[in-house]
Amino acid sequence: MSAYPKEYRNPLKKARGLGSAQHGVSHWWVQRVTAVALVGLGIWLVALVLRVLHADYAAARELVARPWNAVLLIAFVVTAFWHAVLGLQVVIEDYVHTRWKEATLLMAIKFIAVLATLAGVLAVLRIALGA
Amino acid sequence: MADTRRPLSPHLSVYKWQVQMVTSILHRATGIALSVGLLLIAWGLLALAGGEERFGHFTAFVGSPVGIILLIGWSWALFYHLCNGIRHLVQDGGYGYEIVQFVRSSWASIIVSLLLTAAVWAYVLTLGAAA
Repeated sequence: MSAYPKEYRNPLKKARGLGSAQHGVSHWWVQRVTAVALVGLGIWLVALVLRVLHADYAAARELVARPWNAVLLIAFVVTAFWHAVLGLQVVIEDYVHTRWKEATLLMAIKFIAVLATLAGVLAVLRIALGA
Repeated sequence: MADTRRPLSPHLSVYKWQVQMVTSILHRATGIALSVGLLLIAWGLLALAGGEERFGHFTAFVGSPVGIILLIGWSWALFYHLCNGIRHLVQDGGYGYEIVQFVRSSWASIIVSLLLTAAVWAYVLTLGAAA
């Protein structure tokens, strides 16, 4: 590692004084971590949906209420919405070039995702706890 | 956001169409579609928690012609995003960048996702006929 220079920052950052917000790496990395998690959770969800398909109301509730199913469903909902926000954020940043529209959309997707996540998690908990 | 003049996406008109572009565009398009699909999953969970009548409204929508068409679209979007997502994770590891491999894996994402969609719906329809 000694072959590398001590200064890790791109010189362009100093030159312009308009460098990145420094959050790019964590965005990139969290998107990958959630992607890996969703490979497993996504396949599991398809299997669950196929089992719920011809179940009646009581049987569907019973299936979701099982501890592992409830845990994995909550994990799926949280991970999937998180991954979705990260992905949509990149799409919006790439294609929406009017600043106020961009900022509005970036906030809107976060608000919707957080509300939908909380609602979904609460629903699973209510089913799992028999409320 | 730095207020600098730099090239911004999309620059689709610059390139001749090739399969790698299609897989990239489809990855974004299916990601957006799946984000909306997540809201359907949240609705399903809320309906299941909310009682038999509300779950009935949900299953009536999902089982309607429009619902089935949407579900077929979403299932393909899920399998495509899954296959191509795994492809991207492999590429993040630094593999598969030879042009031949890149083109071949692009086609693999498309073809495998179509096969998985067909397999799942064949299962659903035969199960429905048996039930």
